[in-house]
Amino acid sequence: MNTSWRGALALLVIPAMVLLIGQFLPTYPLRILDTILLYAILGMGLNIVVGYAGLLDLGYVAFYAIGAYAWALLASGQFGIHLPFWLVLIIGSGIAGFAGILLGIPVLRLRGDYLAIVTLGFGEIIRVLMNNLDGLTNGPQGISRIDAAHIFGFTLETPYDFLWLLVPLMMVVFLFVWRIQASALGTALSAVREDQDAARGCGIDTTRVKLVAFCTSAMIGGAGGVIFAAMQRFVSPESFTFWESLIIVLVIVVGGLGNPFGALLGATLLILIPEMLRAYADYRLLLYGIALVIIILARPHGLISRRYGPSWLMRKCAGGRGGDNAAV
Amino acid sequence: MGALILQQTINALTVGSIYALIALGYTMVYGVLRLINFAHSELFTAGAFIGLALSGALGVAGHPMGGILVGLITFVVIGLAGVSVEIVAYRPLRRTSRLAPMLSALGMAVVIQNAVMLIGGRRPLIYPSFLPSGVIELFGAIVSYKQITIFAVAVVLMIGLELFVNRTNLGVRIRAVAENAETASLVGINPNTAISLIFFIGPGLGAVAGVLYSSFYGVATFTMGFVIGMKAFTAAILGGIGSIPGAVLGGFLLGIIETFATAWMPVLTGGLIGTEYRDIFAFSVLVLILLFRPAGLLGEHISEETMVYKSDF
Repeated sequence: MNTSWRGALALLVIPAMVLLIGQFLPTYPLRILDTILLYAILGMGLNIVVGYAGLLDLGYVAFYAIGAYAWALLASGQFGIHLPFWLVLIIGSGIAGFAGILLGIPVLRLRGDYLAIVTLGFGEIIRVLMNNLDGLTNGPQGISRIDAAHIFGFTLETPYDFLWLLVPLMMVVFLFVWRIQASALGTALSAVREDQDAARGCGIDTTRVKLVAFCTSAMIGGAGGVIFAAMQRFVSPESFTFWESLIIVLVIVVGGLGNPFGALLGATLLILIPEMLRAYADYRLLLYGIALVIIILARPHGLISRRYGPSWLMRKCAGGRGGDNAAV
Repeated sequence: MGALILQQTINALTVGSIYALIALGYTMVYGVLRLINFAHSELFTAGAFIGLALSGALGVAGHPMGGILVGLITFVVIGLAGVSVEIVAYRPLRRTSRLAPMLSALGMAVVIQNAVMLIGGRRPLIYPSFLPSGVIELFGAIVSYKQITIFAVAVVLMIGLELFVNRTNLGVRIRAVAENAETASLVGINPNTAISLIFFIGPGLGAVAGVLYSSFYGVATFTMGFVIGMKAFTAAILGGIGSIPGAVLGGFLLGIIETFATAWMPVLTGGLIGTEYRDIFAFSVLVLILLFRPAGLLGEHISEETMVYKSDF
């Protein structure tokens, strides 16, 4: 893979600039920036299942919730456990990945809308459980007094601190999902998306491929949840409704399915629009809904086509020498 | 014991009637457009609120005859709203991916829910009943006239729909378009007319269900559509989506499962699983049914060719 240094530089310079500029921003825009990055990460994770494999998952919030509760339970006064951040990040995404496999096994036979509705049900089941397992999750009151995250001797407290966690993490996830797409697994996933039966006919183990997709996507969701809980320092079932799953689906559909840049753009739009509408108070969600419908009517296939993904950008940066990169 | 089971069956049939009425709207839209119309559950809420406004305007709270008038007007108003939603938000997306119209439906759901909130307010509203009051005793079980009325209205509407779809000229067109829109248009059927008709009847029935539901429980909130809508959709899948008798069966079945599970699970599990888990019984049953009968109970067997899943999303 002889990707050009110029392309790599482009992918490094922009995040570095974000970190640099972030220093001069007030708290409020920084908080929005954090939220955008978090949703971009979640969107990239969900993209593995929805964008690459073509399986509509409407219960992604369940994995996000599992990650968030992992931090809330393993680093708070709830049970008096105070584990370090990195360990919980691994545990949280591990449990979420395991839940992804658990959900994946029974629903593998289902396709299309049936899959969508069962995953939706899974998300609701997890939420109802969190709401009612009072001894574990403290029920609807949620868990407060969650520890601040300590990383390399720094305590993450302000939104700017979290920028230092979220920007590198987003780059890791970005590179990860991009490499997945370019790998043999990515090819198998798109084969499953285009025609499952033909894929199976070609000797692709569709069951295994789908499980891997569910698992990796869930792990990213879980990691997002851990960070969310560390940012909020408070979790309750309210944050994990069906609406949250939908926002993440919208992030990738509005941005452009199967494209990490799309997830970034989608997250930016879907987080910024409601912020800009804040002045309209009661009319805010109404206008948000109208904006959504208009965006979808105007660009039903998303804002950035799959074609203009990172690989395309890499080739452009390399001076237009198309075709030297296997990843398309 | 027998009386208790009878009582629960009656309660189940009441809830089931409402689920079934809403499920019909989901199933008809899905049968033709393969679209989960997320806006449907919000039209159910909107129907309840329009019924409330009409009751004030006409001064007919508590009059069953006035209730019929309110039901008819609500049916027409929400029916027209349903037709407009389809024209504005779904029709332009008919030739695109299947994900786009679904998300557009979600956008419409947000719009309708917030419009209802802006007009009706955030707080739960006390709902005047259009249903006759009073109870009768039946083998030890207590049946209210409200329950009987809900069941009767639902059955009349469902039989009416079944006759309409199977016996009338317009119904034939709907079925032809559901079967294959392109072929239907070749023989001179305008698919848009049939689809508009579906988007008139489905939301109309949902709106009547909204009036019945709020009359029965005595409150209306702008958020009530979501959970009920999800359950009605579950009912539609349970019965086999696209099938009208399936939706009715699914609705009643879901009502029965939910009522009995809520009543018996705490006893059977020694209080471990309590009534607070009511909302997940529906989904758990759904998962189980789909695993063994992926097309639902009365759903046709979906062959590889008929289902458009090859490049689903």
